[in-house]
Amino acid sequence: MRRPHYPWLRPGIWIGGLAPLVAITLRSLSGGLSANPIAEIMNELGLTALILLVCALACSPAWYLWGWTWPARIRRDLGLLAFAYAMLHFLVYLLLDQVLDMAAVLEDVAKRPFITFGFLALLLLVPLAITSTNKMVRRLGFKNWQRLHRLVYLAGLLAVVHFLWRVKIDWTQPLTYGLIVAALLGARLVPWEPRRAR
Amino acid sequence: MRRSPSDPPSSEITPESVYRSRRDFLGDGMRTAGTALAFGGGLLFLVGRGPPTDPLAPTHPTDSPPVGPTRAPDEEPLTSYDAVTTYNNYYELGLDKGDPARRAGTLKPRPWSIKVEGEVKQPQTIDFEQLIKWFPIEERVYRMRCVEAWSMVIPWQGFQLGKLIEWLEPTAKAKYVEMVTLLDPVQLPGQRSPVLDWPYVEGLRMDEAMHPLTLMATGLYGKELSGQNGAPLRLVVPWKYGFKNVKSIVSIRLTEGQPKTTWALAAPNEYGFYANVNPAVNHPRWSQATERRIGELGRRPTLPFNGYEAEVAGLYAGMDLRKNF
Repeated sequence: MRRPHYPWLRPGIWIGGLAPLVAITLRSLSGGLSANPIAEIMNELGLTALILLVCALACSPAWYLWGWTWPARIRRDLGLLAFAYAMLHFLVYLLLDQVLDMAAVLEDVAKRPFITFGFLALLLLVPLAITSTNKMVRRLGFKNWQRLHRLVYLAGLLAVVHFLWRVKIDWTQPLTYGLIVAALLGARLVPWEPRRAR
Repeated sequence: MRRSPSDPPSSEITPESVYRSRRDFLGDGMRTAGTALAFGGGLLFLVGRGPPTDPLAPTHPTDSPPVGPTRAPDEEPLTSYDAVTTYNNYYELGLDKGDPARRAGTLKPRPWSIKVEGEVKQPQTIDFEQLIKWFPIEERVYRMRCVEAWSMVIPWQGFQLGKLIEWLEPTAKAKYVEMVTLLDPVQLPGQRSPVLDWPYVEGLRMDEAMHPLTLMATGLYGKELSGQNGAPLRLVVPWKYGFKNVKSIVSIRLTEGQPKTTWALAAPNEYGFYANVNPAVNHPRWSQATERRIGELGRRPTLPFNGYEAEVAGLYAGMDLRKNF
């Protein structure tokens, strides 16, 4: 039997990708999360989701630019991890922050653009997570599947705006992530010479 | 191939396929661990350097035993000393809530003097040690509501600002009080970063400053103020958002015109001069209807004027509080 390439890559990404969740859990249990732990948990989950989304968006450009093919093997895993963190981020907001006060949540989502944008980003990721299996790619047909999954570009932009509006005064980090996302989306518009796989 | 008698018999030689798969197994395990470490470590690093929870916000206390019914009732227990001294917005000591407590060592609260200037009978510089002997130190338990929608209940010690202002004998032109934080990037290294226009300036209308609830705090929980809480002297106006409560004050100026205050300059559509706690007027980006009391799960409704409506609403009679937010 032919040995798969890099059999260690995906398990490594999942174990490493769950590290922030483990760290947040341990710190909440030990009281190491400042005096306002719910805010801190929300921030860390949200930022992890954004970083993972940026990693997922970087997979295709890594191929056009450097001919790397290994990122494509973990793109789905990165996307699913990003979705999982985004969902946890939202659930903490819903259950711990707002304590299921649906009137307040609906008002937030409808009236506060930063929350609206974050919520839309999460909604856009739902169909992508559902159609992430090989079976769904076959069922939709690759072309349709690919078109659908371009929604991730919009989700990335919305997530950055969500982050930007959340920050009170120091925009360095949201702008940094915004530039990276813009560069990764921009890289898709350039007609790169097709590269040989390495 | 020559074989010596001590070599194992050829039947014991590990077949190549097994040898290879064992090596693959060990190697893959290492590589999995390496990938997990590198990726997980990278994520933890980036998340750990994430921006502060919700930057800003000087802390601000609430409520007072001497002034009647405003004392926080029993169902509002004091916020722990630990939380009050480790969860602070004091950008001059760092943007993260935990930074001020970690870095406050650079701030030297003695010797300390306060300049009083502007529309007063006799501009002068007062030594802090002398100042605190002139006025009786009182204890006030106040709610403090941060504009970021979290709150605390803090037992402060201090004296009424109004008593100091009376003693200064304001001129007829004095309409406002402006207070300024120390400007010294060595003691307050956050001032090297231009997130706000330093030094931090806050102000009150004269009637607000003279109100008996308005406190110049020198301590909390019976101890002198720590650096992160604005040592040695900071303002506490319990019915306003925390950012009004300027810390480590070095200058008090009575003015005729409304002071240009730091946050109102930085983001005029988000932070006003009045900054009265008002659940009906939301921050443009988030709701002010509820708050998280530090140490509690869930949220409490935010009260008009932070629960001091009976005492202070009269100051704003006839004013449109949506416009004058």
